[in-house]
Amino acid sequence: MNNIEISNIRKTYQGKTGVTIALDDVSLSINGNELFGLIGPDGAGKTSLFRILTTVLLPDSGSASVCGADIVKDFQYIRNISGYMPGRFSLYPDLSVEENLNFFATIFNTTIEENYDLIRDIYVQLEPFKTRRAGKLSGGMKQKLALCCALIHKPNVLFLDEPTTGVDPVSRKEFWEMLKRLKNSGITILVSTPYMDEAMMCDRIALIQEGKILLIEQPADVAKGFGRKLYSARADNMYQLLIDLRAYDAIADCFAFGHTHHFTVKNELTNPDVIADYLREKMHTNLDIIEIAPGIEDCFMQLMRR
Amino acid sequence: MEQTIIEVRNLTKQFGDFKAVNSISFDVRKGEIFGFLGANGAGKTTAMKMLIGISIPSAGEAKVAGFDVYKETEQIKKNIGYMSQKFSLYDDLTVRENITLFAGIYGLTDTEIAARTVELTNRLGIADEADKLVASLPLGWKQKLAFSIAVIHNPKIVFLDEPTGGVDPITRRQFWDMIYAAAAEGITVFVTTHYMDEAEYCNRVSIMVDGVIKALDSPARLMQQYNAKSMEEVFIILARGAKRSDN
Repeated sequence: MNNIEISNIRKTYQGKTGVTIALDDVSLSINGNELFGLIGPDGAGKTSLFRILTTVLLPDSGSASVCGADIVKDFQYIRNISGYMPGRFSLYPDLSVEENLNFFATIFNTTIEENYDLIRDIYVQLEPFKTRRAGKLSGGMKQKLALCCALIHKPNVLFLDEPTTGVDPVSRKEFWEMLKRLKNSGITILVSTPYMDEAMMCDRIALIQEGKILLIEQPADVAKGFGRKLYSARADNMYQLLIDLRAYDAIADCFAFGHTHHFTVKNELTNPDVIADYLREKMHTNLDIIEIAPGIEDCFMQLMRR
Repeated sequence: MEQTIIEVRNLTKQFGDFKAVNSISFDVRKGEIFGFLGANGAGKTTAMKMLIGISIPSAGEAKVAGFDVYKETEQIKKNIGYMSQKFSLYDDLTVRENITLFAGIYGLTDTEIAARTVELTNRLGIADEADKLVASLPLGWKQKLAFSIAVIHNPKIVFLDEPTGGVDPITRRQFWDMIYAAAAEGITVFVTTHYMDEAEYCNRVSIMVDGVIKALDSPARLMQQYNAKSMEEVFIILARGAKRSDN
């Protein structure tokens, strides 16, 4: 089975300013052929976990296995069956597109031709530039080449560390469509992202913050844990609305969410009409308050504040 | 009448035969939050570099805070604040030293610097951390500190290049609270972002595709015009046909 098992992993770093706990007793089971998302902000510990699972970093304690192989004892085997795309561009900038791909194929004892089927969809977009040096590629192209290089040896498991950070919404969408296709070809994928909306594309997600897993769930079930009423509000003057909502005693939390503000109340019995009346007294116009279903970002923010 | 603080006419930047920015024209009004959006490689960073006076245009005209982008780049720099997408403070200096350094560069007096340091660290809730190295602060705090320092000299305009990349959703919103507050004090905010929910916090946004501005209006009007439910949809409609991609 192409599953990943992580038990009680702990990792600390000793720095100039003291000890940083990067991973704090992390346990996680990822099924074979699952598209699993690790969702969390910078500094949450995502990269440390990737580096441990790809056998380039040792944990302080705890254990983990990839496709049944131990990350310490069987590191060589894991390297052969894993594809890893680190967060930072890490191909050879002075080799051409084709040379980079050839290089990675060769060190894994294979050829571009042998596994071409797996990368065809992505590589056709790169082919017009195959003689260009990797360092001269655009950001989106670099990302596609890195994915090809991570796939060229037909890995059982794919580790993608923030592949879409800093990428525009159109390219991000295309990238996730590629991941879906790879998952359908049988590969287990662990992918991290700081974008909450991308969580919806995963089979299951883990929310991680300050080295701790806050939640493991199917994306559609995350909202069930919210457990309270959530309202959305809008009016003509959105900034003043935010200030007035936060100043009102009955409001527990209020945050801007795109073209509306989301708020919760301290007492679930509070009638939203009372809040609307208060806001009209404050001279708000075109006011609209409705109860809404919480999304992943609402849930993550609630979990973070606990 | 609304005052114009940035005036751009047919601004172009050409590298060889490649037009990174191809004759863009727009105005930014005083005190507004202006979202400067676009796909990777659309030319946003190149355009922004011309507006902050660190890259001379190939053609066209632009005035920033009343100063010419060809001849008055030093005056532009004195009248704006800038925060880059990469964290821009010195990790191996303390919070206080960073404030002193940047405030000093912008010509604040020692008395002003002392007063601003107290005010700024209190407002950010990091008064107790003032003598700690910036390296030891969480990323969210660093970014809020970098923003506060970018406006320490009370500039007419602050330019923010993807200020919220990678930060958690709560910090991202706290950051926008600071942007709102700066705008309410009369500072014009010129901001780029890949978070489309943030685009909706702007008074007006422009969307750049392949070196040209494809659309410019308030988020509500753009959504109406393109019959879209969110700015994300508007963006995808406009940027889907992009030929270029880059960072």
